[in-house]
Amino acid sequence: MKSRRLTIPYIIWMLVFTMIPIVMIGVTAFTDKKGNFTFEPFEKAFVYSNVFVKSLIIALISTAICLVLAYPLAYLLTKMRKSSQRTVVMLLMIPMWMNFLLRIYAWMILLQRNGPLDTALSLLGIHGTYIGNTAAVIVGMVYEYLPFMVLPVYTVMSKIDPGLIEAAQDLGAGNASVFGKVILPLSIPGIISGVTMVFVPSASTFLVSQYLGGTDDIMIGDVIDKIFWTDENTGAAISLVMMVFIFVFLVIMNLFGDEEAIA
Amino acid sequence: MKKKRGISSKLYIALIMIFMYAPIVVMIIASFNKGNTIAWKGFSLKWYGELFKDKALMGALLNTLSIAVLASFFSTILGTAAAIGINNFKGKSRAIIQNVSNFPIISPDIVMGVSLMLLFTFLGNIFRFQMGYGTVLISHICFCVPFVVLNVIPRLRRMDQSVYDAALDLGCNEWQAFYKVVIHEIIPGIVSGFLMSFTYSLDDFIITHFTQGAKFQNLSTEIYAMLRRKIPPTINALSTLLFAAVIIIMLLINLRDRREEKMKADTYTNTK
Repeated sequence: MKSRRLTIPYIIWMLVFTMIPIVMIGVTAFTDKKGNFTFEPFEKAFVYSNVFVKSLIIALISTAICLVLAYPLAYLLTKMRKSSQRTVVMLLMIPMWMNFLLRIYAWMILLQRNGPLDTALSLLGIHGTYIGNTAAVIVGMVYEYLPFMVLPVYTVMSKIDPGLIEAAQDLGAGNASVFGKVILPLSIPGIISGVTMVFVPSASTFLVSQYLGGTDDIMIGDVIDKIFWTDENTGAAISLVMMVFIFVFLVIMNLFGDEEAIA
Repeated sequence: MKKKRGISSKLYIALIMIFMYAPIVVMIIASFNKGNTIAWKGFSLKWYGELFKDKALMGALLNTLSIAVLASFFSTILGTAAAIGINNFKGKSRAIIQNVSNFPIISPDIVMGVSLMLLFTFLGNIFRFQMGYGTVLISHICFCVPFVVLNVIPRLRRMDQSVYDAALDLGCNEWQAFYKVVIHEIIPGIVSGFLMSFTYSLDDFIITHFTQGAKFQNLSTEIYAMLRRKIPPTINALSTLLFAAVIIIMLLINLRDRREEKMKADTYTNTK
Protein backbone atom coordinates (compact mmCIF):
# COMPACT_ATOMS: atom_id res chain seq x y z
CA MET A 1 0.00 0.00 0.00
CA LYS A 2 3.00 2.26 -0.42
CA SER A 3 1.92 2.98 -3.95
CA ARG A 4 0.42 6.24 -5.03
CA ARG A 5 -1.28 4.62 -8.03
CA LEU A 6 -4.46 4.16 -6.02
CA THR A 7 -5.01 7.90 -6.28
CA ILE A 8 -5.09 7.80 -10.09
CA PRO A 9 -8.80 6.89 -10.54
CA TYR A 10 -9.77 9.60 -8.09
CA ILE A 11 -7.56 12.21 -9.74
CA ILE A 12 -9.08 11.41 -13.12
CA TRP A 13 -12.56 11.53 -11.56
CA MET A 14 -11.90 14.90 -9.94
CA LEU A 15 -10.48 16.25 -13.18
CA VAL A 16 -13.47 15.22 -15.30
CA PHE A 17 -16.32 15.79 -12.86
CA THR A 18 -15.08 18.66 -10.69
CA MET A 19 -12.34 20.70 -12.33
CA ILE A 20 -13.55 20.65 -15.95
CA PRO A 21 -17.14 21.64 -14.97
CA ILE A 22 -15.79 24.60 -12.98
CA VAL A 23 -13.65 25.66 -15.93
CA MET A 24 -16.76 25.36 -18.09
CA ILE A 25 -18.58 27.81 -15.82
CA GLY A 26 -15.69 30.23 -16.27
CA VAL A 27 -15.72 29.82 -20.06
CA THR A 28 -19.52 30.10 -20.31
CA ALA A 29 -19.51 33.27 -18.22
CA PHE A 30 -17.22 35.02 -20.73
CA THR A 31 -18.96 33.98 -23.93
CA ASP A 32 -22.19 34.90 -25.69
CA LYS A 33 -24.74 32.50 -27.17
CA LYS A 34 -22.63 31.99 -30.33
CA GLY A 35 -19.49 31.27 -28.34
CA ASN A 36 -17.62 34.57 -28.86
CA PHE A 37 -15.70 36.22 -26.06
CA THR A 38 -17.67 38.97 -24.32
CA PHE A 39 -18.30 40.66 -20.99
CA GLU A 40 -22.02 40.87 -21.70
CA PRO A 41 -23.10 38.17 -19.18
CA PHE A 42 -21.51 40.19 -16.40
CA GLU A 43 -23.30 43.33 -17.53
CA LYS A 44 -26.58 41.40 -17.39
CA ALA A 45 -25.63 39.89 -14.05
CA PHE A 46 -25.08 43.39 -12.68
CA VAL A 47 -28.87 43.93 -12.76
CA TYR A 48 -29.12 41.48 -9.88
CA SER A 49 -26.58 43.20 -7.65
CA ASN A 50 -29.26 44.28 -5.15
CA VAL A 51 -30.53 40.68 -4.94
CA PHE A 52 -26.94 39.68 -4.33
CA VAL A 53 -26.51 42.16 -1.51
CA LYS A 54 -29.81 41.13 0.04
CA SER A 55 -28.79 37.45 -0.07
CA LEU A 56 -25.53 38.23 1.68
CA ILE A 57 -27.36 40.26 4.34
CA ILE A 58 -29.94 37.49 4.94
CA ALA A 59 -27.13 34.94 5.16
CA LEU A 60 -25.16 37.13 7.60
CA ILE A 61 -28.19 37.71 9.86
CA SER A 62 -29.05 33.99 9.82
CA THR A 63 -25.46 33.07 10.65
CA ALA A 64 -25.36 35.59 13.50
CA ILE A 65 -28.66 34.30 14.97
CA CYS A 66 -27.43 30.71 14.67
CA LEU A 67 -24.26 31.64 16.54
CA VAL A 68 -26.14 33.48 19.28
CA LEU A 69 -28.52 30.55 19.77
CA ALA A 70 -25.96 27.79 19.36
CA TYR A 71 -23.11 29.07 21.52
CA PRO A 72 -24.93 28.97 24.89
CA LEU A 73 -26.51 25.67 23.91
CA ALA A 74 -23.10 24.13 23.18
CA TYR A 75 -21.74 25.53 26.44
CA LEU A 76 -24.67 24.17 28.48
CA LEU A 77 -24.28 20.81 26.74
CA THR A 78 -20.70 20.42 27.93
CA LYS A 79 -21.89 20.91 31.53
CA MET A 80 -24.36 18.02 31.33
CA ARG A 81 -23.94 14.32 32.01
CA LYS A 82 -22.41 12.40 29.09
CA SER A 83 -25.57 10.39 28.41
CA SER A 84 -27.80 13.48 28.37
CA GLN A 85 -25.28 15.19 26.08
CA ARG A 86 -25.66 12.38 23.60
CA THR A 87 -29.45 12.48 23.78
CA VAL A 88 -29.59 16.23 23.11
CA VAL A 89 -27.13 15.96 20.21
CA MET A 90 -29.22 13.15 18.75
CA LEU A 91 -32.41 15.20 19.13
CA LEU A 92 -30.71 18.03 17.24
CA MET A 93 -29.65 15.70 14.43
CA ILE A 94 -33.01 14.01 13.86
CA PRO A 95 -34.70 16.91 12.03
CA MET A 96 -31.60 17.23 9.85
CA TRP A 97 -32.22 13.74 8.55
CA MET A 98 -35.64 14.64 7.25
CA ASN A 99 -35.86 15.89 3.72
CA PHE A 100 -34.73 19.49 3.13
CA LEU A 101 -37.94 20.39 1.31
CA LEU A 102 -40.15 18.80 3.94
CA ARG A 103 -38.50 20.87 6.68
CA ILE A 104 -39.26 24.07 4.81
CA TYR A 105 -42.76 22.84 4.00
CA ALA A 106 -43.36 22.20 7.70
CA TRP A 107 -42.65 25.86 8.38
CA MET A 108 -45.07 26.83 5.62
CA ILE A 109 -47.81 24.94 7.46
CA LEU A 110 -46.85 26.34 10.85
CA LEU A 111 -46.67 29.96 9.73
CA GLN A 112 -49.53 30.09 7.23
CA ARG A 113 -52.57 32.32 7.62
CA ASN A 114 -55.03 30.60 10.00
CA GLY A 115 -52.23 28.12 10.73
CA PRO A 116 -51.31 26.96 14.24
CA LEU A 117 -49.17 29.98 15.13
CA ASP A 118 -51.71 32.45 13.76
CA THR A 119 -54.57 30.74 15.63
CA ALA A 120 -52.64 30.57 18.89
CA LEU A 121 -51.58 34.21 18.80
CA SER A 122 -55.06 35.34 17.75
CA LEU A 123 -56.40 33.83 20.97
CA LEU A 124 -54.04 36.14 22.81
CA GLY A 125 -55.31 39.02 20.73
CA ILE A 126 -52.24 39.32 18.53
CA HIS A 127 -52.91 39.44 14.81
CA GLY A 128 -50.36 39.47 12.05
CA THR A 129 -48.92 37.72 9.06
CA TYR A 130 -46.02 35.43 9.74
CA ILE A 131 -45.22 34.21 6.25
CA GLY A 132 -44.20 36.04 3.12
CA ASN A 133 -41.60 38.31 4.65
CA THR A 134 -37.85 38.42 5.21
CA ALA A 135 -38.19 37.39 8.85
CA ALA A 136 -39.84 34.12 7.81
CA VAL A 137 -36.96 33.45 5.40
CA ILE A 138 -34.46 34.01 8.22
CA VAL A 139 -36.41 31.72 10.55
CA GLY A 140 -36.34 29.05 7.84
CA MET A 141 -32.59 29.47 7.36
CA VAL A 142 -31.88 29.33 11.09
CA TYR A 143 -33.99 26.19 11.40
CA GLU A 144 -32.24 24.61 8.43
CA TYR A 145 -28.67 25.29 9.58
CA LEU A 146 -28.71 25.63 13.40
CA PRO A 147 -27.34 22.10 13.98
CA PHE A 148 -24.41 22.93 11.66
CA MET A 149 -23.44 25.64 14.15
CA VAL A 150 -24.09 23.71 17.35
CA LEU A 151 -22.13 20.59 16.42
CA PRO A 152 -18.69 22.08 15.60
CA VAL A 153 -18.83 24.53 18.53
CA TYR A 154 -19.87 21.74 20.90
CA THR A 155 -17.17 19.37 19.60
CA VAL A 156 -14.42 21.92 20.13
CA MET A 157 -15.75 22.98 23.55
CA SER A 158 -16.01 19.45 24.87
CA LYS A 159 -12.35 18.91 24.01
CA ILE A 160 -11.21 21.76 26.26
CA ASP A 161 -9.06 20.31 29.03
CA PRO A 162 -10.91 20.76 32.36
CA GLY A 163 -7.47 21.17 33.95
CA LEU A 164 -7.11 24.53 32.21
CA ILE A 165 -10.36 25.76 33.74
CA GLU A 166 -9.35 24.51 37.19
CA ALA A 167 -5.95 26.16 36.81
CA ALA A 168 -7.60 29.47 35.94
CA GLN A 169 -9.88 29.14 38.99
CA ASP A 170 -6.92 28.32 41.23
CA LEU A 171 -5.21 31.43 39.97
CA GLY A 172 -8.19 33.45 41.15
CA ALA A 173 -10.29 33.83 38.01
CA GLY A 174 -14.04 34.23 38.54
CA ASN A 175 -16.67 32.62 36.32
CA ALA A 176 -16.66 35.55 33.90
CA SER A 177 -12.93 35.61 33.38
CA VAL A 178 -12.71 31.82 33.11
CA PHE A 179 -15.18 32.14 30.27
CA GLY A 180 -13.59 35.18 28.63
CA LYS A 181 -9.98 34.14 28.98
CA VAL A 182 -10.12 30.35 28.65
CA ILE A 183 -13.32 28.97 27.14
CA LEU A 184 -14.05 31.63 24.54
CA PRO A 185 -10.54 31.79 23.00
CA LEU A 186 -10.30 28.00 22.90
CA SER A 187 -13.68 27.63 21.21
CA ILE A 188 -12.82 29.97 18.33
CA PRO A 189 -11.93 27.16 15.87
CA GLY A 190 -15.41 25.71 16.45
CA ILE A 191 -17.03 29.11 15.88
CA ILE A 192 -15.09 29.54 12.64
CA SER A 193 -16.11 26.19 11.20
CA GLY A 194 -19.69 26.70 12.39
CA VAL A 195 -19.90 30.12 10.75
CA THR A 196 -18.48 28.66 7.53
CA MET A 197 -20.87 25.73 7.55
CA VAL A 198 -23.88 28.01 8.04
CA PHE A 199 -22.92 31.01 5.91
CA VAL A 200 -21.91 29.22 2.70
CA PRO A 201 -25.11 27.19 2.24
CA SER A 202 -27.44 29.95 3.45
CA ALA A 203 -25.94 32.50 1.06
CA SER A 204 -26.27 30.17 -1.89
CA THR A 205 -29.39 28.10 -1.27
CA PHE A 206 -32.66 28.51 -3.05
CA LEU A 207 -36.31 27.61 -2.42
CA VAL A 208 -36.32 28.76 1.22
CA SER A 209 -37.10 32.30 0.14
CA GLN A 210 -39.51 31.11 -2.56
CA TYR A 211 -41.60 29.22 -0.02
CA LEU A 212 -41.34 31.43 3.05
CA GLY A 213 -40.52 34.87 1.66
CA GLY A 214 -42.51 37.56 -0.09
CA THR A 215 -42.19 38.60 -3.72
CA ASP A 216 -39.16 40.80 -3.08
CA ASP A 217 -37.35 38.21 -0.97
CA ILE A 218 -35.70 36.51 -3.93
CA MET A 219 -32.20 35.25 -3.20
CA ILE A 220 -29.30 34.86 -5.57
CA GLY A 221 -29.71 31.08 -5.66
CA ASP A 222 -33.28 31.50 -6.93
CA VAL A 223 -32.02 33.88 -9.62
CA ILE A 224 -29.40 31.37 -10.80
CA ASP A 225 -32.00 28.62 -10.86
CA LYS A 226 -34.50 30.70 -12.81
CA ILE A 227 -32.03 32.17 -15.28
CA PHE A 228 -29.93 29.12 -16.03
CA TRP A 229 -32.60 27.26 -17.97
CA THR A 230 -32.94 30.11 -20.48
CA ASP A 231 -29.66 32.03 -20.39
CA GLU A 232 -26.70 29.86 -19.44
CA ASN A 233 -24.16 32.63 -19.90
CA THR A 234 -25.66 35.09 -17.43
CA GLY A 235 -26.36 32.23 -15.02
CA ALA A 236 -22.74 31.17 -15.24
CA ALA A 237 -21.57 34.75 -14.68
CA ILE A 238 -23.66 35.06 -11.51
CA SER A 239 -22.43 31.66 -10.28
CA LEU A 240 -18.85 32.73 -10.90
CA VAL A 241 -19.28 35.96 -8.95
CA MET A 242 -20.92 34.05 -6.10
CA MET A 243 -18.10 31.51 -6.07
CA VAL A 244 -15.48 34.27 -5.90
CA PHE A 245 -17.34 35.88 -3.00
CA ILE A 246 -17.51 32.62 -1.11
CA PHE A 247 -13.84 31.91 -1.65
CA VAL A 248 -12.90 35.36 -0.41
CA PHE A 249 -15.07 34.66 2.64
CA LEU A 250 -13.35 31.30 3.22
CA VAL A 251 -9.91 32.90 2.93
CA ILE A 252 -10.89 35.57 5.46
CA MET A 253 -12.21 32.91 7.84
CA ASN A 254 -8.96 31.01 7.32
CA LEU A 255 -6.98 34.03 8.46
CA PHE A 256 -8.83 33.99 11.78
CA GLY A 257 -8.08 30.42 12.64
CA ASP A 258 -5.87 27.52 11.78
CA GLU A 259 -6.61 25.59 8.62
CA GLU A 260 -7.76 22.39 10.22
CA ALA A 261 -10.86 24.00 11.67
CA ILE A 262 -12.19 24.85 8.21
CA ALA A 263 -11.56 21.53 6.54
CA MET B 1 -27.21 29.15 42.89
CA LYS B 2 -26.22 25.98 41.14
CA LYS B 3 -29.75 24.64 41.09
CA LYS B 4 -31.07 27.86 39.61
CA ARG B 5 -28.63 27.60 36.75
CA GLY B 6 -29.68 23.99 36.20
CA ILE B 7 -33.31 25.02 35.74
CA SER B 8 -32.59 27.91 33.38
CA SER B 9 -30.28 25.77 31.28
CA LYS B 10 -32.94 23.09 31.00
CA LEU B 11 -35.43 25.75 30.01
CA TYR B 12 -33.11 27.03 27.30
CA ILE B 13 -32.56 23.58 25.85
CA ALA B 14 -36.30 22.95 25.99
CA LEU B 15 -36.98 26.16 24.03
CA ILE B 16 -34.49 25.17 21.31
CA MET B 17 -36.11 21.74 21.13
CA ILE B 18 -39.56 23.33 20.77
CA PHE B 19 -38.16 25.39 17.91
CA MET B 20 -36.71 22.28 16.27
CA TYR B 21 -39.76 20.07 16.71
CA ALA B 22 -42.79 22.39 16.53
CA PRO B 23 -43.00 22.26 12.72
CA ILE B 24 -42.62 18.49 12.71
CA VAL B 25 -45.30 17.99 15.36
CA VAL B 26 -47.69 20.22 13.44
CA MET B 27 -47.04 18.20 10.31
CA ILE B 28 -47.65 14.91 12.11
CA ILE B 29 -50.95 16.14 13.51
CA ALA B 30 -51.99 17.45 10.09
CA SER B 31 -51.25 14.06 8.53
CA PHE B 32 -54.09 12.49 10.57
CA ASN B 33 -56.56 15.23 9.66
CA LYS B 34 -59.56 14.23 7.58
CA GLY B 35 -59.86 17.62 5.90
CA ASN B 36 -57.82 19.02 3.03
CA THR B 37 -56.58 22.10 4.85
CA ILE B 38 -55.10 22.76 8.24
CA ALA B 39 -58.54 23.11 9.88
CA TRP B 40 -59.20 20.01 12.00
CA LYS B 41 -62.02 17.87 10.58
CA GLY B 42 -61.49 14.68 12.56
CA PHE B 43 -59.08 11.76 12.70
CA SER B 44 -58.45 9.75 9.58
CA LEU B 45 -55.79 7.59 7.96
CA LYS B 46 -56.93 8.27 4.43
CA TRP B 47 -53.83 10.28 3.44
CA TYR B 48 -51.65 7.30 4.29
CA GLY B 49 -53.76 5.15 1.99
CA GLU B 50 -53.47 7.70 -0.81
CA LEU B 51 -49.75 7.96 -0.27
CA PHE B 52 -49.16 4.32 -1.12
CA LYS B 53 -51.40 4.64 -4.18
CA ASP B 54 -49.23 7.48 -5.50
CA LYS B 55 -47.11 5.56 -8.04
CA ALA B 56 -44.91 8.55 -8.96
CA LEU B 57 -44.00 9.17 -5.34
CA MET B 58 -43.26 5.50 -4.65
CA GLY B 59 -41.07 5.36 -7.77
CA ALA B 60 -39.23 8.48 -6.62
CA LEU B 61 -38.67 6.93 -3.20
CA LEU B 62 -37.20 3.83 -4.84
CA ASN B 63 -34.92 6.00 -7.01
CA THR B 64 -33.72 7.94 -3.98
CA LEU B 65 -32.87 4.77 -2.07
CA SER B 66 -31.14 3.04 -4.97
CA ILE B 67 -29.12 6.15 -5.86
CA ALA B 68 -28.10 6.56 -2.21
CA VAL B 69 -26.98 2.92 -1.95
CA LEU B 70 -25.07 2.92 -5.26
CA ALA B 71 -23.54 6.37 -4.79
CA SER B 72 -22.28 5.63 -1.29
CA PHE B 73 -21.00 2.19 -2.38
CA PHE B 74 -18.95 3.56 -5.30
CA SER B 75 -17.81 6.60 -3.32
CA THR B 76 -16.59 4.36 -0.52
CA ILE B 77 -14.45 2.29 -2.90
CA LEU B 78 -13.14 5.26 -4.85
CA GLY B 79 -12.60 7.32 -1.70
CA THR B 80 -10.86 4.62 0.31
CA ALA B 81 -8.46 3.85 -2.55
CA ALA B 82 -7.80 7.56 -2.98
CA ALA B 83 -7.21 8.06 0.75
CA ILE B 84 -4.62 5.26 0.83
CA GLY B 85 -2.88 6.75 -2.19
CA ILE B 86 -2.99 10.31 -0.83
CA ASN B 87 -1.54 9.09 2.45
CA ASN B 88 1.58 8.04 0.56
CA PHE B 89 2.17 11.50 -0.85
CA LYS B 90 4.29 13.89 1.13
CA GLY B 91 4.37 17.63 1.70
CA LYS B 92 3.13 20.02 -0.94
CA SER B 93 1.70 17.59 -3.49
CA ARG B 94 -0.34 15.98 -0.73
CA ALA B 95 -1.69 19.35 0.40
CA ILE B 96 -2.68 20.20 -3.18
CA ILE B 97 -4.52 16.91 -3.75
CA GLN B 98 -6.34 17.23 -0.43
CA ASN B 99 -7.40 20.80 -1.14
CA VAL B 100 -8.73 19.88 -4.57
CA SER B 101 -10.49 16.92 -2.98
CA ASN B 102 -12.22 19.21 -0.47
CA PHE B 103 -13.47 21.43 -3.24
CA PRO B 104 -16.93 19.83 -3.62
CA ILE B 105 -17.47 20.19 0.13
CA ILE B 106 -16.73 23.89 0.32
CA SER B 107 -18.18 25.00 -3.00
CA PRO B 108 -21.90 25.83 -2.86
CA ASP B 109 -24.26 23.06 -4.00
CA ILE B 110 -25.83 25.25 -6.61
CA VAL B 111 -22.48 25.92 -8.29
CA MET B 112 -21.74 22.20 -8.39
CA GLY B 113 -25.19 21.44 -9.77
CA VAL B 114 -24.94 24.09 -12.46
CA SER B 115 -21.40 23.15 -13.46
CA LEU B 116 -22.28 19.46 -13.77
CA MET B 117 -25.31 20.37 -15.84
CA LEU B 118 -23.05 22.29 -18.24
CA LEU B 119 -20.73 19.28 -18.49
CA PHE B 120 -23.51 16.77 -19.04
CA THR B 121 -25.29 18.83 -21.69
CA PHE B 122 -21.95 19.34 -23.45
CA LEU B 123 -21.05 15.63 -23.33
CA GLY B 124 -24.64 14.68 -24.12
CA ASN B 125 -24.46 16.63 -27.39
CA ILE B 126 -21.30 14.81 -28.40
CA PHE B 127 -22.13 11.29 -27.28
CA ARG B 128 -25.89 11.56 -27.78
CA PHE B 129 -27.22 10.79 -24.32
CA GLN B 130 -29.69 12.57 -22.07
CA MET B 131 -29.49 13.39 -18.41
CA GLY B 132 -31.22 10.92 -16.13
CA TYR B 133 -30.43 8.18 -13.62
CA GLY B 134 -26.79 7.87 -14.71
CA THR B 135 -25.94 11.55 -14.52
CA VAL B 136 -27.62 11.89 -11.12
CA LEU B 137 -25.62 8.90 -9.85
CA ILE B 138 -22.34 10.40 -11.10
CA SER B 139 -23.17 13.76 -9.51
CA HIS B 140 -23.98 12.13 -6.17
CA ILE B 141 -20.69 10.20 -6.24
CA CYS B 142 -18.98 13.56 -6.89
CA PHE B 143 -20.14 15.14 -3.66
CA CYS B 144 -19.89 11.91 -1.61
CA VAL B 145 -16.29 10.85 -2.31
CA PRO B 146 -14.67 13.78 -0.44
CA PHE B 147 -16.51 12.77 2.74
CA VAL B 148 -15.09 9.25 2.50
CA VAL B 149 -11.57 10.60 1.91
CA LEU B 150 -11.94 12.99 4.87
CA ASN B 151 -13.03 10.16 7.17
CA VAL B 152 -10.47 7.56 6.10
CA ILE B 153 -7.28 9.66 6.03
CA PRO B 154 -7.13 10.35 9.82
CA ARG B 155 -7.49 6.59 10.45
CA LEU B 156 -4.62 5.84 8.10
CA ARG B 157 -2.45 8.41 9.81
CA ARG B 158 -3.12 6.90 13.21
CA MET B 159 -2.39 3.38 11.97
CA ASP B 160 0.88 1.82 12.99
CA GLN B 161 2.78 1.43 9.73
CA SER B 162 4.87 -1.41 11.10
CA VAL B 163 1.81 -3.68 11.30
CA TYR B 164 1.53 -3.48 7.55
CA ASP B 165 5.26 -4.06 7.13
CA ALA B 166 5.04 -7.07 9.45
CA ALA B 167 2.30 -8.56 7.28
CA LEU B 168 4.53 -8.19 4.24
CA ASP B 169 7.48 -9.77 6.08
CA LEU B 170 5.29 -12.69 7.03
CA GLY B 171 4.67 -13.39 3.38
CA CYS B 172 1.51 -11.47 2.49
CA ASN B 173 1.41 -9.74 -0.84
CA GLU B 174 0.20 -6.12 -0.91
CA TRP B 175 -3.42 -7.07 -1.48
CA GLN B 176 -3.44 -9.68 1.31
CA ALA B 177 -1.80 -7.25 3.67
CA PHE B 178 -4.56 -4.81 2.83
CA TYR B 179 -7.55 -7.01 3.48
CA LYS B 180 -6.02 -8.91 6.38
CA VAL B 181 -4.50 -5.99 8.26
CA VAL B 182 -5.04 -2.47 6.96
CA ILE B 183 -8.78 -2.72 6.47
CA HIS B 184 -9.36 -3.64 10.13
CA GLU B 185 -7.56 -0.50 11.21
CA ILE B 186 -9.46 1.86 8.96
CA ILE B 187 -12.92 0.28 8.88
CA PRO B 188 -14.51 2.79 11.33
CA GLY B 189 -13.46 5.62 8.99
CA ILE B 190 -14.84 3.74 5.98
CA VAL B 191 -18.16 3.11 7.74
CA SER B 192 -18.63 6.71 8.82
CA GLY B 193 -17.69 7.87 5.31
CA PHE B 194 -20.29 5.51 3.88
CA LEU B 195 -22.99 6.67 6.32
CA MET B 196 -22.25 10.35 5.65
CA SER B 197 -22.42 9.74 1.89
CA PHE B 198 -25.69 7.88 2.31
CA THR B 199 -27.38 10.63 4.31
CA TYR B 200 -26.14 13.43 2.04
CA SER B 201 -27.34 11.53 -1.00
CA LEU B 202 -30.78 10.90 0.55
CA ASP B 203 -31.22 14.55 1.42
CA ASP B 204 -29.90 16.11 -1.77
CA PHE B 205 -32.21 18.33 -3.73
CA ILE B 206 -30.14 21.04 -5.42
CA ILE B 207 -27.64 18.90 -7.33
CA THR B 208 -30.29 16.40 -8.41
CA HIS B 209 -32.48 19.27 -9.56
CA PHE B 210 -29.86 20.36 -12.10
CA THR B 211 -28.71 16.95 -13.31
CA GLN B 212 -31.96 14.96 -13.38
CA GLY B 213 -32.95 15.59 -16.98
CA ALA B 214 -36.55 15.38 -18.13
CA LYS B 215 -37.74 12.02 -16.80
CA PHE B 216 -35.87 11.11 -13.64
CA GLN B 217 -37.32 12.06 -10.24
CA ASN B 218 -36.02 11.42 -6.76
CA LEU B 219 -37.96 12.07 -3.60
CA SER B 220 -36.80 15.67 -3.22
CA THR B 221 -37.52 16.67 -6.80
CA GLU B 222 -40.87 14.86 -6.72
CA ILE B 223 -41.85 16.76 -3.56
CA TYR B 224 -40.70 19.94 -5.29
CA ALA B 225 -42.96 19.19 -8.24
CA MET B 226 -45.86 18.35 -5.89
CA LEU B 227 -45.44 21.62 -3.99
CA ARG B 228 -45.46 23.53 -7.24
CA ARG B 229 -48.76 22.07 -8.39
CA LYS B 230 -50.63 22.44 -5.11
CA ILE B 231 -50.06 21.31 -1.57
CA PRO B 232 -51.44 17.80 -1.23
CA PRO B 233 -51.98 16.53 2.33
CA THR B 234 -50.28 13.26 1.38
CA ILE B 235 -47.02 15.12 1.92
CA ASN B 236 -47.80 15.31 5.64
CA ALA B 237 -48.26 11.55 5.74
CA LEU B 238 -45.01 11.07 3.87
CA SER B 239 -43.12 13.34 6.28
CA THR B 240 -44.57 11.52 9.27
CA LEU B 241 -43.45 8.14 7.92
CA LEU B 242 -39.98 9.47 7.09
CA PHE B 243 -39.72 10.97 10.57
CA ALA B 244 -40.68 7.63 12.12
CA ALA B 245 -38.06 5.87 9.97
CA VAL B 246 -35.36 8.34 11.06
CA ILE B 247 -36.27 7.90 14.73
CA ILE B 248 -36.10 4.12 14.46
CA ILE B 249 -32.72 4.21 12.68
CA MET B 250 -31.32 6.66 15.24
CA LEU B 251 -32.50 4.50 18.14
CA LEU B 252 -30.92 1.41 16.59
CA ILE B 253 -27.60 3.20 16.05
CA ASN B 254 -27.71 4.52 19.59
CA LEU B 255 -28.43 1.08 21.03
CA ARG B 256 -25.55 -0.43 19.04
CA ASP B 257 -23.17 2.29 20.24
CA ARG B 258 -24.15 1.76 23.85
CA ARG B 259 -23.68 -2.00 23.60
CA GLU B 260 -20.27 -1.53 22.00
CA GLU B 261 -19.26 0.86 24.72
CA LYS B 262 -20.39 -1.56 27.37
CA MET B 263 -18.45 -4.37 25.73
CA LYS B 264 -15.37 -2.16 25.59
CA ALA B 265 -15.78 -1.27 29.25
CA ASP B 266 -16.14 -4.97 30.13
CA THR B 267 -13.02 -6.04 28.28
CA TYR B 268 -11.21 -3.14 29.88
CA THR B 269 -12.08 -4.26 33.40
CA ASN B 270 -11.31 -7.89 32.51
CA THR B 271 -7.81 -7.15 31.24
CA LYS B 272 -7.27 -5.09 34.31
